[in-house]
Amino acid sequence: MAEAEEPLFVGLSDISISQDIPIGGEITIPMRSHTQEFDSSTLNESVRNTIMHDLKAVGKKFMHVLYSRKSNTLLRDWDLWGPLILCVTLALMLQRGTVDGEKDGGPQFAEVFVIVWFGAVTITLNSKLLGGNISFFQSLCVLGYCILPLIVAMMICRLVLLAGPGPVNFMIWLFVVAVMFAWSVIASTAFLADSQPPNHKILAVYPVFQFYFVISWMILTFTPQ
Amino acid sequence: MAAVDELAFHEFEEAANLLVETPHAATTCRSDQLTSQDHVAVTVGSSVGYGAEEVEEEGDKTALLQEEKPQPGFWTFGYYQSFFDVDTAQVLDRIKGSLLPWPGHNFVRHHLRNRPDLYGPFWICATLAFVLAVTGNLTLVLAQRRDPSIHYSPQFHKVTVAGITIYCYAWLVPLALWGFLRWRQGARERIGPYTFLETVCVYGYSLFVFIPTVVLWLIPVSWLQWLFGALALTLSAAGLVFTLWPVVREDTRLVAAALLSAVVLLHALLAVGCKLYFFQPLPLERVVPSLQAASLPPNILLPPTQPHPMATS
Repeated sequence: MAEAEEPLFVGLSDISISQDIPIGGEITIPMRSHTQEFDSSTLNESVRNTIMHDLKAVGKKFMHVLYSRKSNTLLRDWDLWGPLILCVTLALMLQRGTVDGEKDGGPQFAEVFVIVWFGAVTITLNSKLLGGNISFFQSLCVLGYCILPLIVAMMICRLVLLAGPGPVNFMIWLFVVAVMFAWSVIASTAFLADSQPPNHKILAVYPVFQFYFVISWMILTFTPQ
Repeated sequence: MAAVDELAFHEFEEAANLLVETPHAATTCRSDQLTSQDHVAVTVGSSVGYGAEEVEEEGDKTALLQEEKPQPGFWTFGYYQSFFDVDTAQVLDRIKGSLLPWPGHNFVRHHLRNRPDLYGPFWICATLAFVLAVTGNLTLVLAQRRDPSIHYSPQFHKVTVAGITIYCYAWLVPLALWGFLRWRQGARERIGPYTFLETVCVYGYSLFVFIPTVVLWLIPVSWLQWLFGALALTLSAAGLVFTLWPVVREDTRLVAAALLSAVVLLHALLAVGCKLYFFQPLPLERVVPSLQAASLPPNILLPPTQPHPMATS
């Protein structure tokens, strides 16, 4: 056996690396990092560029919410501009022109703000206390962006109301709000439920359901002046 | 879930029959697989694959049986996280327990079992507050459809009122009760009173029965509303009384009777107050002809202004 193997090992001592094989190379930093240095200092670019950049990011996230794809953009590049814009829009649209009784009107601007932001903070705290591994601002971002379907419902409802009151219009209004409410809940659940362990999923999702239900009810009870 | 079944715990403090009630709870009692606590801890760490708090939960139990684990201070996040350490199944079980009070069935001992949670009371109160406001508004909408002269408005301020009332009741009354029981218990060293969180849990879960009741109050039949209200009040107050009875019966009869009747009375005040404020008695159809004759507001719900002739959608 040994004699059969010996010829195999004989040539080992003859192996040597020829000087002709080029093993050198170049280590260069690619051009991309050069531009990254410029990107991080947005102070140098014009204000218009910065605003357009942010608006594009917000618009991209709106698309992600509307088409409910399971992408991580909302979580990775979270921002609070979108939720702020949506909350202000919602509060403005829920305003009534003149209120006949001080206490009998719809939600005031500040009440809508308080409900949306304190509701989102409470749900986020609840989610974190239940052991979710989503960060505080990521969760606020997701909850804020998922109000978008309800804003769309509000706009449709105002258009429907322009056509005049009536039971058919009210049925359309109810249907639209119900569909958008379901869309909001499903869109936000897709992000938030994944961050929870399986035995806490329903516990974490129920407050979200309640949050969007309250906003839907505020939209449903809206009566224009 | 097979991994959970493999875990073997030996409960030293609770009777085995209590464990039978919750098959999905984190603990199972198998006397044939008695292992040392260290081995159990190692098993937990390797077999349970999801949820850090699941591991913490089992680790807490084994640590309790081994030694006194230092409690995190109340200013840390971890302290409050320990009160949200419940499964969906446990919360549902506690809700069921509050819906069906039984004379010997102590809610704290049978359902809470030294693990009070803050999730149930907090979200039940929130749900009740919003359901009250929403159904109160819906009642007004339905009434206006039957009687167009009633002035409809969203009445959003009722949400605020509902929220403040329910939360104050569900947190301040247990505080007072707990304080009172502690003061009375100071005189004798018998059965220990419940902790503050357990009292809050009892009150919070006992309010759950009002949620379907409030929804049923949409039916505009007056005697039916009072019937549902009385039923809900009975269930809720019975749960409270059965839970408080073991603690209170050690005391003098006068104090026990006074305490229990105060608890029931406050509960009744809450129920009746909510009914009257959010679902104020609205006129039935037969009152409508008299409305056209008189120009007075049809019910006490309206502020004392002229009824508006406009019809809102």
